[in-house]
Amino acid sequence: MTNPQTPSDLLLRANKITKNFGGLTAVNEVSVDLRKGEIHAVIGPNGAGKSTLANLLSGDLPPTSGHVALNGQDITGWTPERISRNGLGRSYQKTNIFRSFSVWDNVRLSAQSRTQPGPFNPLAWLTQANHMSDVNARAERAIELAGLQNRRQALAGAASHGEQRQLEIAMTLATEPQVLLLDEPLAGMGVAEAESMVQLLLRLKPYHAMMLVEHDIDAIFTLADQLTVMVNGQVIASGLPAAVRADASVQAAYLGEDH
Amino acid sequence: MSDSQAPLETLPRSLKILLGAGLLALAAFPFVGTDYYVQMVTRMMILAIFAMSLDLLQGVTGLVSLGHAAYFGVAGYVLAFLTPPGEPVSLWWTLPAAVGASALLALVIGFLVVRTHGIYFIMVTMAFAQMVFYVFFDNKALGGSDGIYINFKPEAILFDLENKKVFYFFTLALMVLVYGFLRRLLWSPFGRALAGIRVNEHRMRALGYGTFSHKLAAFSLAGALAGLAGFLWGAQSGYVNPELMGFHMSAHVIMMVILGGMGNFAGAIVGAFSFEYLLHVFKDLPAVGSFNLGKHWQLWMGLFIVALVILAPRGILGLFDSLLKGKAQHHD
Repeated sequence: MTNPQTPSDLLLRANKITKNFGGLTAVNEVSVDLRKGEIHAVIGPNGAGKSTLANLLSGDLPPTSGHVALNGQDITGWTPERISRNGLGRSYQKTNIFRSFSVWDNVRLSAQSRTQPGPFNPLAWLTQANHMSDVNARAERAIELAGLQNRRQALAGAASHGEQRQLEIAMTLATEPQVLLLDEPLAGMGVAEAESMVQLLLRLKPYHAMMLVEHDIDAIFTLADQLTVMVNGQVIASGLPAAVRADASVQAAYLGEDH
Repeated sequence: MSDSQAPLETLPRSLKILLGAGLLALAAFPFVGTDYYVQMVTRMMILAIFAMSLDLLQGVTGLVSLGHAAYFGVAGYVLAFLTPPGEPVSLWWTLPAAVGASALLALVIGFLVVRTHGIYFIMVTMAFAQMVFYVFFDNKALGGSDGIYINFKPEAILFDLENKKVFYFFTLALMVLVYGFLRRLLWSPFGRALAGIRVNEHRMRALGYGTFSHKLAAFSLAGALAGLAGFLWGAQSGYVNPELMGFHMSAHVIMMVILGGMGNFAGAIVGAFSFEYLLHVFKDLPAVGSFNLGKHWQLWMGLFIVALVILAPRGILGLFDSLLKGKAQHHD
């Protein structure tokens, strides 16, 4: 699928971001562009710095140096909540949900974050969260997109692994982000579950700029428009998937002979 | 605050009926009880308001404050300062003033403490409360270690708070009001966000919630409601001293919330009543030989709470819930 790109399609730009943990450089001068309608996959062996990169973009970690721009605005050093409110949503590698809430309550609470009356508004203390129709509508859309219509009342902590991964995505979608950072959404999924997740990501693609951290090579070549390979915190290759695949250093470092 | 501890956020019908029966019993009690017991139950209801205010932090938001008595005590002192030695003072401005003072103190301290987490939050809330305690304890102008007498109950014009039964019903009405308000708040967008913070604060931030402002609002509101209880305590007992804001008071209210069951406010009420009742039972234990059992009431209370936490981790209310459910299953 080709996508005519205009400057406004560029939603997120990371420019030479670096993260040091003491003497270890987990992410070293990495630059990434995310455009609407594109999936930018990031692959690399364990410890390559992929999740750290996601954490730097979402504000979970502040970069040691470099800059991140969201919609042309410099968001370097912003808190995760502020970055989220400015249109970036993320899912986590390790399932990060409200385990003691129902599936519906997880998604409803996520959707509610966009119509906050503010905690210091005493009048809002007496409104009922369940009766906020705009929130319910947004939560319902996210539930349906993620394919969880039949699991609304299930306890999130008791749902299957695949459903919890779907729930991760639904919660992220309920905040209606423009940029999606998905950290290994396929991890630990069975074949059928993974296939339906791939289909979901394809459905979401036209409306979002997406960064996909993933190990599943088959899924990546199905989904990715751009591919970045990281090893030891550094980008060793980046570009169109076919070109990256042919890159000798990538084959040596990561993909191996059989790819 | 693990997943298995369902906080009875949604109260089952059977428990609602039980609570309703309890309310009726409370409404009828002054007509059968002596003045001594009317005062004792009034004190229980005041502590119930105090315990509910802590439950907003401890059970709903997952913030264990070991200094909640500071906000309770300060409001009592505000009433003491505002009441002249020779005449009563109007309820209608002293009550908001006292509650406002507690809310303000909680806002200021909260601004510094809610950015900490876990054990640090516990330690810092305790440290600030100890500071407040010693400011009053060491300062003769603030009553010093002896405290201050409040010679008159606040003047309400519409009703006479000097009458013990009237004071009882006034307190009962406030307790029911606070309960209704907090139950409503629990299901408001704000209340849902607080529950989200308890379960997974990290995710809340990633979803765009300013968890700092939510926790600060909860802390201030809890301080204000603790102040309401402290005001009533000062008015009822006619006396305030630094013990009201001391470490023991803070620890006792935590025990009340744990005893009754956290996160639903009804448990806090049950816990406050149970704690006060047990306190009387244990204090009245006889001497065995030269060993005075009653003098060591804190030991028995401690043992009781440890046993309860092991046998009924959801508190007394949770225990009622299990018993009622068990019965219902027998009938089926």
